Amino acid sequence: MSGTLNLVIGLAMGLNLIALGSSRLPMLIRAMSVQGVLLGVMPLLMESERLDWRIVLVALATMAGKGVLIPGLLRRAMRAANIEREIEPFIGFVPSLLLGALGTITAVALARALPLLPEHAGTLLVPGSLAAILTGFILLIGRTKAISQVCGYLILENGIYLFGLVLIHSTPLLVESGILLDVTVGVFIIGIIVDRIQRAFDSLDTRKLTTLRE
Amino acid sequence: MTLILHLILRLALWLLLAPLLPGIINKVKAWVAGRRGPPVLQLYYDLAKLWKKSVVLSQLASPGFVIGPAVGWVALVGAALLMPLGPAGSALSFRGDVLLLIYLLALARFCTAWAAMETGSAFEGMGAAREVSYAVLAEAAIIAAVLSLIVHTGSVSLITMLAPSPGAGAALLAAGLFTVLLAENCRVPFDDPNTHLELTMIHEAMVLDHSGPPLAVILHGASVKLLLFAVLLVQAVLPIGEMTPPAAAGALAAGVLLVTISVGLVESLLARLAFRRVPLLLTTAFLLCVFALLVAWKGDAT
Repeated sequence: MSGTLNLVIGLAMGLNLIALGSSRLPMLIRAMSVQGVLLGVMPLLMESERLDWRIVLVALATMAGKGVLIPGLLRRAMRAANIEREIEPFIGFVPSLLLGALGTITAVALARALPLLPEHAGTLLVPGSLAAILTGFILLIGRTKAISQVCGYLILENGIYLFGLVLIHSTPLLVESGILLDVTVGVFIIGIIVDRIQRAFDSLDTRKLTTLRE
Repeated sequence: MTLILHLILRLALWLLLAPLLPGIINKVKAWVAGRRGPPVLQLYYDLAKLWKKSVVLSQLASPGFVIGPAVGWVALVGAALLMPLGPAGSALSFRGDVLLLIYLLALARFCTAWAAMETGSAFEGMGAAREVSYAVLAEAAIIAAVLSLIVHTGSVSLITMLAPSPGAGAALLAAGLFTVLLAENCRVPFDDPNTHLELTMIHEAMVLDHSGPPLAVILHGASVKLLLFAVLLVQAVLPIGEMTPPAAAGALAAGVLLVTISVGLVESLLARLAFRRVPLLLTTAFLLCVFALLVAWKGDAT
């Protein structure tokens, strides 16, 4: 079981790198949403012996929210604001890929030194979450367009969710659904804001927002 | 005596089978495009024709213009002889021969680039510069792949390194090595072997001024290199060294054929990448090999 789990987390780590290396926005959004769906499957895999309705509900809600709803909102915002599909990076694709890979390797190496519970020591849960959080940071810092920064934020959230899976028994349903709702509402609002920015500045380049004057 | 016979047989196998691969690739491309295409043995005819022609030598060129291709060809054939063929082993094997393999490939590349610059044509210099700058990244990937095999088996000799199955990282290693194969042999996402448009060529740009037997030697060397990489890829992924000889021969042949057909399919279905995107793809190949290394390291430690 731990093998399948590690395989899924490995795939999620690969998607991190795809997100860092992709030069088109739809590709970035797709990588982010596929990662969300993969993470949605995780609780079902972890608790395959004693499945209860709570966990199934959380998993289904995560998959629907991250796999369909959020990418749909982002694509709609993209279409509404007529955003070009090319991503213009601050940190180039090759350096960000290398940074991401370095982060992933460091996370895997570091997780050995962490005082984890014996049941989590064999899995890639903690390194996977650290790697996703690092990837999110790199995307947040290294991309200029607001939408790609949102994708970075969502990948960062995926990492935090992965970390939360370590505590799957003690987190109540309310907290899980609250987080998911927050993220969805956040993306919804960002979709509106992106449209506003586009109308006000004719561009979504966040570099231009730093030169605001009265 | 048997040793010499064995060596001659192996040499003949490499030299005679190598020009088959470009023919198969062209056949696959023609088949996908709905054409009949050139015969599979076309490269043999080309080589025979080129061998009979005379050489046009530039007055500016030093003897390096002819020595370069010759040394490059010998280096590639030497590298091919180092490569073990499943249970048959390699012609000569010693501790650390994998390093010699990598250096022989680098020597062959150096010689091609050197011969390209002999005529003083800026155009060929440009091709050589491109070839060498991509090779830097491709070499990093292949060294990472070799390292992952070394970590997995704990041996630095090709014959023991390639024999066992590579474990969990096999898919990563296969993807990484296949990309390196495409880059090293100047196949489509990196370079278009058919094009004669000045600005898009890499390998073709380097050999423009060569003619007659030196060109034949370069073309044959390139096909040996393709076969070498295909054999390396198949042996790195499949546990050929642990099979019985007939099964190993069958698996090796089927694997090389599969690699060749996939090269043809990639070439028909993908467009050439823009130059500035190439480093990204090569870095991806490098990272795939690095992750295979990570899997080998983690998997063996736990």
